[in-house]
Amino acid sequence: MEITLIPKQRMILVRATGEIDHHSSEAIRRLTEKEIRRSGAVNVAFDFGRVSFMDSSGIGMLLGRYKTVKALGGSIIVYDVSQQVKRLIEMSGLMELIIVSDTLQKGINEMNRTKGVRI
Amino acid sequence: MKNTMLLKIPSKSENERFARTVCAAFLLEVDPTIEEMSEIKTAVSEAVTNAIIHGYNSGEGEVVITGELSDRTVTYTIKDSGCGIPDIEKAREPLYTGKPETERSGMGFSIMEAFMDELVVESEPGKGTTITMIKRLSENAE
Ligand SMILES: Nc1ncnc2c1ncn2[C@@H]1O[C@H](COP(=O)(O)OP(=O)(O)O)[C@@H](O)[C@H]1O
Ligand SMILES: [Mg+2]
Repeated sequence: MEITLIPKQRMILVRATGEIDHHSSEAIRRLTEKEIRRSGAVNVAFDFGRVSFMDSSGIGMLLGRYKTVKALGGSIIVYDVSQQVKRLIEMSGLMELIIVSDTLQKGINEMNRTKGVRI
Repeated sequence: MKNTMLLKIPSKSENERFARTVCAAFLLEVDPTIEEMSEIKTAVSEAVTNAIIHGYNSGEGEVVITGELSDRTVTYTIKDSGCGIPDIEKAREPLYTGKPETERSGMGFSIMEAFMDELVVESEPGKGTTITMIKRLSENAE
């Protein structure tokens, strides 16, 4: 896992790797929350290109980050997701709350479009 | 093809991955589709995670997992001797979680139901929980 800052978008980019379950989602939660607070970012993008598996613990983790950034007026982007992960995101209704896109750029475009007036 | 498996693991979160990987690998000989493999991995992960975080409340205990393959029907059981489920019907409702203070999504049972053909939940408060999941694999292409 790797976190980088995209200051122009007030965004942190989280590159998750491997399998996201109850065991591994705890570290993602902790590090992502810490970086949001440290950097002052309000948006979080997750690169899921190297995620090979996710279960409902990942859904809970994404929902938790959604709540954090919503309170800050920000958005969650998840991009480059596998069919398996996409199916879970759809099943859980998370699709209504977060932006799921093919690439980071498409996600950012959608974020800036849906946001309208920026705060 | 007939086969059986038995796996007994301490209730540690590190074992979630091990358990679902073993349960999926149990089927390699009968050539399941990639989708079937990933559905089984996900459903087993949900049941094992529940045993660890709900059954044993993240404390010590043992989770016993069995697999039985008969032709192209696979049955898994995931058993804990933990706290049990007082209201099974309620627990199985989508989005219900008994731990709303944590980051649980309440989707575990819904996922098990969607990804497997049959799901039986047997539980007794104070004694533990046994989850039985059955899936019929599609016929081989060859
Ligand atoms: N093995 C178990 N032992 C005790 N309680 C359980 C067990 N499995 C599930 N439960 C109860 O059922 C609820 C719903 O489970 P689930 O759908 O997997 O959602 P989640 O795990 O996200 O809470 C749990 O929150 C818990 O209260
Ligand atoms: Mg669960």
